[in-house]
Amino acid sequence: MNEFNGEIKKMMIILSKATLENVYAAFVLANGARMEGIEAEMFFTFFGLEAVHKKKLEHLHVATVGNPAIHMPTMLGGLPGMEALATSMMKKEMEKIDMPDIHEFLDILAASGVKLWACKLAMEMFHYKKEDMYENLDGVITVGDFYKQGSGLGTHMLFI
Amino acid sequence: MEKLIAGKSIEVNEEGYLTKFAQWDKTVGEELAKEANIDLSDRHWEVLNYLQTEHKNEVALSIRRIGKSGIVDIKEFYALFPNAPLKTATKIAGIPKPASCI
Repeated sequence: MNEFNGEIKKMMIILSKATLENVYAAFVLANGARMEGIEAEMFFTFFGLEAVHKKKLEHLHVATVGNPAIHMPTMLGGLPGMEALATSMMKKEMEKIDMPDIHEFLDILAASGVKLWACKLAMEMFHYKKEDMYENLDGVITVGDFYKQGSGLGTHMLFI
Repeated sequence: MEKLIAGKSIEVNEEGYLTKFAQWDKTVGEELAKEANIDLSDRHWEVLNYLQTEHKNEVALSIRRIGKSGIVDIKEFYALFPNAPLKTATKIAGIPKPASCI
């Protein structure tokens, strides 16, 4: 906490998951940083890429299996339609607290100056092309490029 | 606590936000903007007036709502008040700091 008196200058947020709760957590953290005058950049890797994939970003789900906080027996959570049900319930609650949907949230992040990067390696692995991705994506970069973006005092990295 | 702003003794909280909007006037706004290194243009005033109206109507302010205001979009809002726009603009406008996370 000695550098910059512990002041946070920049948040580098890595999103590796595509479950709705993780994507929203990452988005709220990035947007919240900008609101406080802190720079923010996001790196979408592995399943996290789905949050910036044009066709997939509208269909993200809450995890009902392996998620004890959902308070549903694992066997039940695995039944067909359960994820969709839990997701639509959560989306309704989110609308009530003025939480934007994924696409609108990305627009807010881009307009707020959050840099949005896709991981090159994961893009190749999933055979995604730049044109498949959200239009305001800043680029497809390597992990090394991402670290370079985060250089300087007061940068913090977060893996979700 | 009391703070001397534009030659007037003004009631503010520990973060420097006015606690009595009645004590706010344009010269107070201009002085607070100067503290935030912002030169107020007509566009700034349009946004500040909008924020004050929303506050008077007891609307909870958030970045999302400002984006939908029709007064300013999010990109311009950040351009007008570059460092923590919602916090800075509400302080200049003499209204409380919004408790919003979005």
